[in-house]
Amino acid sequence: MEKFTKITATATPFPRVNVDTDIIIPAKHLKSIKRSGFGVHAFETVRFNADGSPIPDNVFDGPKYKGSKILIAGDNFGCGSSREHAPWAIADMGFRCIIAPSFADIFAGNCVKNGILTVALPQEAVDALVLAAEAGHQITVDLQDQTVTCQNAHYEFDYNPEHKKKLLEGLDEIGQTLTASAAIASFESKQKLMMPWLYRG
Amino acid sequence: MPKTMYDKIWDMHVVEDHGNGNALLYIDRHLVHEVTSPQAFEGLRAAGRRIRRPDSIIAVPDHNVPTKDRDKPNPDPMSTEQLAALDANANEFKLDYITMSDIRQGIVHVVGPEQGFTQPGVTLVCGDSHTSTHGAFGALAFGIGTSEVEHVLATQTLHLKKSKNMRVTVTGELPVGCSAKDVALAIIGAIGTAGGTAHVIEYAGPVIEGLSMEGRMTLCNMSIEAGARAGLVAPDEKTFAYLKGRPYAPKAGQWEAAVNFWKALKSDEGAVFDREIVIDGSQIVPLVTWGTSPEDVVPVTATVPAVASFTDRNKQEAAQKALDYMGLKEGQPITDIRVDRVFIGSCTNSRIEDLREAANVIKGRHVAGHVVEAMVVPGSGLVKALAEEEGLDKVFTDAGFQWREPGCSMCLAMNPDKAAPGEHVASTSNRNFVGRQGPGARTHLVSPAMAAAAAIAGHFVDVRNF
Ligand code: SF4
Repeated sequence: MEKFTKITATATPFPRVNVDTDIIIPAKHLKSIKRSGFGVHAFETVRFNADGSPIPDNVFDGPKYKGSKILIAGDNFGCGSSREHAPWAIADMGFRCIIAPSFADIFAGNCVKNGILTVALPQEAVDALVLAAEAGHQITVDLQDQTVTCQNAHYEFDYNPEHKKKLLEGLDEIGQTLTASAAIASFESKQKLMMPWLYRG
Repeated sequence: MPKTMYDKIWDMHVVEDHGNGNALLYIDRHLVHEVTSPQAFEGLRAAGRRIRRPDSIIAVPDHNVPTKDRDKPNPDPMSTEQLAALDANANEFKLDYITMSDIRQGIVHVVGPEQGFTQPGVTLVCGDSHTSTHGAFGALAFGIGTSEVEHVLATQTLHLKKSKNMRVTVTGELPVGCSAKDVALAIIGAIGTAGGTAHVIEYAGPVIEGLSMEGRMTLCNMSIEAGARAGLVAPDEKTFAYLKGRPYAPKAGQWEAAVNFWKALKSDEGAVFDREIVIDGSQIVPLVTWGTSPEDVVPVTATVPAVASFTDRNKQEAAQKALDYMGLKEGQPITDIRVDRVFIGSCTNSRIEDLREAANVIKGRHVAGHVVEAMVVPGSGLVKALAEEEGLDKVFTDAGFQWREPGCSMCLAMNPDKAAPGEHVASTSNRNFVGRQGPGARTHLVSPAMAAAAAIAGHFVDVRNF
């Protein structure tokens, strides 16, 4: 997994509320058995008309936000399905960080696994960042210090320390967990005595 | 200190406590389907890792399966490839695998309970957000992403942060004509789609106790639409009676011990919830969604709300967008919305009780002439077989409904079952998101009885006087 420490970049404003994972990546594109290549279909209904023609002036394709690495989003971002194809698609578009008033739980968890930082800030702060992004100002997100900076504005954010460590170090989580194999095995032998019906064979 | 049911299940599954509510949690049960698993198996193979406990897994295809002409070749090559990948992975890793031609095949969240795989007090996961369904049995059940699927396969654990406790109590008695679906929609309408974020919801009160296991599954299913990762209902005699004798349920010698353990799971007297919501169940009416979020819900007797009735600017913008997408006008009576297509199915409402309710409404009547397609998709092959035994298939087909093979179908339109752009769909599923049932499709979430009534009338009607 790619590490996340600090980025300074252009940001894309997309402050719609309740953006669900069907908007981020529609189900018809979930048939691939790979992890990559979802970016071209991301936010399809925002970027393309029903006949497949591009929607002019959408924030994702225009030159204005080219090279953007930060997405400024609306409240309850990523609600709906558990599909990890959503963060895969967002990462595929080049985003490394999403700033919003709140995120759906499963989506936020999936972001951590893919090196994407989700920053929850109060609505007023997000509104201000939307304006700054529209004005073309760069935004700096520093995970170590847990701050977002844009021109003179400076915001601090809360972040789960376990997730922070994972992002900062870009750890292989399964490899880490496997070092606890002995603890897992001892849990199992205890549980098997108490609840044998949960074990077969 | 008195504990909630969630506290108890959480505590008994902690393998390592990392402080601040973070823990390595043991996972007892894992359901696997074709859409969110291929990348996880690929990851395992790439790292040369094995599955820690194949006996904790059931694999079954559901999202992408065709619901008709299963004997013919699948015309979609990508869908074929995905189904073949599940086949290959299940065989390679020696999983309990229910194939597409097995009578037990169906939607994971129908199959798990039906097989007795879902049990009180277990931790159960699946790469699907509606895993919350299984909370109806008092299981801590929640959806996970593909990286987590891989993590559970390899380690039988997850790194999690404990959620907060929330209790939704539904008092009184549910009026005739209302079902668990209306209870679920009423709760989401009251607290919003982010209302349960970061919480696990325990449902309690006389209305919940009065629900059948099917009804409890419908309710817990939609916990995720209220933002909660999991829902819970305390196990009781109904739960035990449902489970007894099912293939994965504890066998004779262990049954008693299991039931005693299950009985001790309910929240202690005096347990503290971080948030409490009380809803008067006797005030619940049949509901219909008008917008593109499950919280956009109103009584069937009401009208489409005015944009100005929302206080927040972002909500107003969202409401305007939803009205445009849905092709509805402010103040338009819900009963004036013409229905073009009807879908009875999905992990919310495709169980035998749902089909009985719908069949009851349509018996001896016929689908309105302008309705393009009305479709019943049973949740599993076993539901389908039971319904056929009861003659329900005949009731549906006589009324002009199509009777299909089990799967997710038009709930998410990954297979050919979809609505055309602009069509209004009366759907018993759980999500009315933009494009969910096909590009441009306009979904209205309703109960099975309401969907059936809408099919007959050709527009929404109040099933209480239909
Ligand atoms: S029926 Fe619909 S909501 Fe349920 S698992 Fe299938 S796609 Fe998801």
